[in-house]
Amino acid sequence: MFKTFIAGILLGIVAAAAALYFLSPVDQYREQSLIVVHPNQGNTEVFHVNVPMDRIMVGARAQQNPLPAGLEWPNDEVLADTRTELFKIRNGKDAVVGVASRIAATNEISGDIVEWVLHLPARGSVYGILQVEPTEGGFRRGELKAGTGEFAPLRGPLTERWIADTSGDEDAPAGRIEITTAFVRERVAE
Amino acid sequence: MIKYLIALLLGLAVGTAAFLALLYLNPLTAQNRLSPITVTDNDVLHLNYPAVASNMLIYTNDGESQVAPHPTKVLQLWEPPIRKTDAIATVLTNSRSQVLGVGLKFSSDSEATDILNGHLLVDSVWHIYLPGKGSLFIEQQENYWSYVRDIVIPARWNSGDNWRGNWRGNISVGPGALGTARVVGGSGIFSGLESEGLETLSSKAYSVAQGLVAADGELAIEIPRIESEPTPDP
Repeated sequence: MFKTFIAGILLGIVAAAAALYFLSPVDQYREQSLIVVHPNQGNTEVFHVNVPMDRIMVGARAQQNPLPAGLEWPNDEVLADTRTELFKIRNGKDAVVGVASRIAATNEISGDIVEWVLHLPARGSVYGILQVEPTEGGFRRGELKAGTGEFAPLRGPLTERWIADTSGDEDAPAGRIEITTAFVRERVAE
Repeated sequence: MIKYLIALLLGLAVGTAAFLALLYLNPLTAQNRLSPITVTDNDVLHLNYPAVASNMLIYTNDGESQVAPHPTKVLQLWEPPIRKTDAIATVLTNSRSQVLGVGLKFSSDSEATDILNGHLLVDSVWHIYLPGKGSLFIEQQENYWSYVRDIVIPARWNSGDNWRGNWRGNISVGPGALGTARVVGGSGIFSGLESEGLETLSSKAYSVAQGLVAADGELAIEIPRIESEPTPDP
């Protein structure tokens, strides 16, 4: 019986080690990536934010109705001209695939900015810097400044555009912010 | 026959417990408390933030986790692709508690988590804006093994379901080879910056029901000096 007990101890050690080795404690859920490959070797992926449903936070000093309710945005002069927003972001099938932050600010010393960080947990993150003034058609154009995960080796442009809803449906969003990325793998000199 | 089965089951329980005890006490997974950022000759930008959810501007998660979202009406991240993700927005201050800017952080459980080797990993990014200075993006992998071992497990063992003490640890473990975060400058004086950073957590109280009760975080960002061109010998 004592030998059985000792065998049980060894079996317990091996089973616990095997369970921790083989069982993955984290398995992020993946939505299908909807990337369109174009004939000119570029490829685009379109994300969007339904406004106001996907807005998590709007942080700005002049905000009369803070979002979320109960948000106490600091009344500090330093943040006077800074607008900070958090969103859920969706893919072309309208499925939530990540979260995003947008910072828009004016400042005489550090300059005016419009920036996005898109965070797609199963894929990586995108840090994009846009031009402050929109071009014709309401596009704000910019570049991928840095990426993580699958976006780390990529380079290329991204655009932001506000599209107002014209469907007239009762439960339709007011509109959507469309973010189009056109990233390609950075060529490495041989 | 039954007594052999009981002996085997008892042995299994003892073996599993012994293995978990070994894992918990494994000195090889001890935290590296020294970071290259702390001994650098370059300037270091220190940004402080509250690490308790209720002291942040917002904190949100799937709504079912230990730490409750703040404020209570904030949108929760319940959709499957973002269910293992937390989002925070917080004010960033200097050591004199003066507001320097705002920081937004997304943290997702990492699929590289490996409990056997003491790697409880989280992939996170910071989006930071400091008016008058510029913007920064920080990418890092964090390891919460020391935090869980030194705070969370002792709190669960405590009869009052809490922990009190003084704990300070580096939570950044990569992607830099020396366990540092990657920092990319976006605009202003940080434009073009490629540097390293380190996130540190200091905790004084933890509750099993609420998570961290008294804690602060700090980001240390190395700002490389601009080397002046050597003057040619006349």
